[in-house]
Amino acid sequence: MERVDLNQMSVRQLNHYLHHELPKKGVDQLEIGNPNGFHNIAVGLDIPVKIDIRGHAGYFLGGMNKQAKLIVHGNVGWSVAENIMSGQVWVKGFASQCAGASGHGGLLFIEGSSSSRCGISMKGCDIVVGEDVGHMSAFMAQAGHLVICGNAGAGLGDSIYEAIIYIRGKIHSLGSDAQEEPMREGDYEKVKNLLNQTNINYSPKEFKRIASARKLYQWNTDANQEY
Amino acid sequence: MDCLIAMKIDHEENSLYNQQILQYIHRAAEKGLYDIRGLGAKRKVPSFDDLVFLTASSSRYPLEGYREKCLTQTLLGTRHAKKPVSLKIPITIAGMSFGSLSANVKEAIGRAATKIGTSTTTGDGGMTPEERASSKTLVYQCLPSRYGFNPDDMRQADAIEIVLGQGAKPGGGGMLLGLKVSPRVAKMRTLPEGIDQRSACRHPDWVGPDDLTIKINELREITDWQIPIYVKLGATRVTDDVKLAVKAGADVIVLDGMQGGTAATQQVFIEHAGIPTLPALRQAIEALDEMNVLGEVQLIISGGIRTGADVAKALAMGADAVSIGQAVLMALGCNSEFYFDGQQTINVEEEYRKLGTAPGYCHHCETGLCPVGVTTQLPDLEKRLQPDWGERRLRNYLQTLNMELTTLARACGKSNVHHLEREDLVALTVESAAMAKVPLAGTDWIPGAKGV
Repeated sequence: MERVDLNQMSVRQLNHYLHHELPKKGVDQLEIGNPNGFHNIAVGLDIPVKIDIRGHAGYFLGGMNKQAKLIVHGNVGWSVAENIMSGQVWVKGFASQCAGASGHGGLLFIEGSSSSRCGISMKGCDIVVGEDVGHMSAFMAQAGHLVICGNAGAGLGDSIYEAIIYIRGKIHSLGSDAQEEPMREGDYEKVKNLLNQTNINYSPKEFKRIASARKLYQWNTDANQEY
Repeated sequence: MDCLIAMKIDHEENSLYNQQILQYIHRAAEKGLYDIRGLGAKRKVPSFDDLVFLTASSSRYPLEGYREKCLTQTLLGTRHAKKPVSLKIPITIAGMSFGSLSANVKEAIGRAATKIGTSTTTGDGGMTPEERASSKTLVYQCLPSRYGFNPDDMRQADAIEIVLGQGAKPGGGGMLLGLKVSPRVAKMRTLPEGIDQRSACRHPDWVGPDDLTIKINELREITDWQIPIYVKLGATRVTDDVKLAVKAGADVIVLDGMQGGTAATQQVFIEHAGIPTLPALRQAIEALDEMNVLGEVQLIISGGIRTGADVAKALAMGADAVSIGQAVLMALGCNSEFYFDGQQTINVEEEYRKLGTAPGYCHHCETGLCPVGVTTQLPDLEKRLQPDWGERRLRNYLQTLNMELTTLARACGKSNVHHLEREDLVALTVESAAMAKVPLAGTDWIPGAKGV
C-alpha cells in the first residue's frame, strides 16, 4: 500500500497528488499519515481509491467526494464530506458540526456521535451515525436518508423536505414540519441495507421514521408563522 | 364665500398615512401576508445620478473621442488564482438563476456577454448546460441553498462566487414561488415540483469569517488554485464585511447595494434593509485601502447600475468593474409594452393589467407570469423571448454602456477607463457629497470629512 505523510508534504501538495498523480499510477489503496487535524484533506476526489487517514482531521475532510472511499481512523472537524456526490466517507471516531452538509449522493458513516446540524440541507446522500446527533440535524434536508442509532438533540428535521430520518433512540424535540410516521416495509429494507454497509448491527425494527408533514410547502396565511 | 368652501372636497394627503401606506395597510389587513415582489428598491436614495464629472477644459486636456484609444480591458482575481478572469469591458452580468429566468433568457445573456467579451454568472439553482455552452466566461455561484451545486460544474467554471448576501435582501434567503418550480427547475434543485421554495439564508457548512477562510481554501483545493474566488456581500456593515472577506482570502469582492434586484423577496426587505450603492462603494474602497490591498483584491459594485455614466462614476469612485442584473432584464424587454414574435411586435398591455400593473411599473417577477417572457418558466411565455433577439438587444445595450463609459473617460483625459478617479467627480447634493466623499459642486466642501 502506498503511504504519504502530511509531516512531509502540505495539504495543497497532497490534494494535487490525489487529483493528478494518483489516477495515473493506477493505485487503488493509499494511506495518509499524520493528518494533524489539518483542514481540507482529500477534497474534490474523483477516483475509485480507498484511502486510510491515520489520525484526526479538521474541517471539510472529503469535501465534494466522488467515488473514493475515505476511512478516518480518528475524529473529524466541521463539515466532513460536505456536498459528497458518491463514494463513502467512514469516520471511526466522532464528527463535529454539519457532517454531510448538502450531500448529493454516496454514504457518510460516523461510528461515534455527530454534533449539531448533521445532514443539514442533504440532497440525496445517506448518512449513518452510530451514536447521537446534535440539535437541528437534517435541517432543510431535501432528499436521502439519515440513520441515527442513538439519540437526537432539539429540532430534529426542522423544515425537512423529502429526506427521511430513521432514529433508534430518543428525540429531544422535532423541528417545524417534521413528524413521526409509522415505519413502512421499504423503510425496514432501507435501514437494513444501510446498516449492512457499516459495522453496526441493530434490528431495523428498533427504528422510528421521521419525515415531512409537508405543511410548509406552500404559503399558509393561517399558520401562526412561529417556525 | 362660506358656501363655496363647504362644497370643495378635501384632498389634503396625510404624509404619514399617504396613498401608498393606506394601500399597504388595506392589503395587509385583507391578506395577512407581507408582499413579495421582484426587482429592487423603488424609493429614491442618493445615487450616481447625484454625481457629475469635471471633464477636461484648460486645466486638463481631453482625448479625441473617435481617434484615440481608451482601454477597457479588466482583470479580476489576480490575488491567488493561476487563471484570473480577463474581460474586454468592466461590465459584468450579475448572478440570476435559471428558475427565476427562463432557459432562453439565460442563453441570450450568455451569448451576448460572450460576443461583447464579458462574464455571466449562474444563480440559485445551479449551472445549465445551455448557460455553460453559451458563456465564454462563467462565474459559478456557491449559495447557501447549494441547489445543484457539484464539483463537475465547479471545475468547468471560470470563477467561483461565494454569496453571503444580496443587496435587495441582505440577511435573507432566496424565494421561488410554486409556479416557477417547474419539473426541470425542481429536478435541478432536488425539490418537489410546485412548492413555494424558500432558500436558506446561511451556508450549511460554515458560519463565521474564520470558517469562511477554510471554506475558500477548500474550494481552491478542489479547483487546484486555478480560478478566482469572489465573495458577494449585500451592503450593510460594509467596512467590516469587506475587511473580513479580504482576510478570509477573497480574490474579488462583489458588493451589492440596496438598489440591487431580486427575483422575489419580501417588499419590507427590498425597501428597508441595506444601504445605497453610493456610500457602500466608498466604504468598500476605503476598507480595501486600509488593508493595503487596492489593486490586489478587485471590487465589483452592483445595485442600480443602468447607464454608461453609472459605470464611469463607479469606476471613478474606485470600483474595478460593475455588475448589472435588472438592467439586463430591461434590455431584454422587461416592462416593455411589446414582445417580438420573430415577425412583428405583439402588444401585451392587457396581460400586465391582469397582473394588476402596467408596462413601466411591473415588478411581478415572482408570479412567473411575465408578459414578455423574461422571468417565467411557462413554455408559452418563455418562447416570447427568443435567444437570437435577446442576444442582439443585450449586446446593443452593453455596447452602448461601454461607448458611454469611454466617452466620459476620454473627456476626462483618460486613455484607460480604470484611470478615472474620484478627483474627476463632484456631487450635486449634500447627501451624496457626504456619502461618496466628493466635494459638493462649486465648493471644496466634503460633508463629514475630517476638519470640515
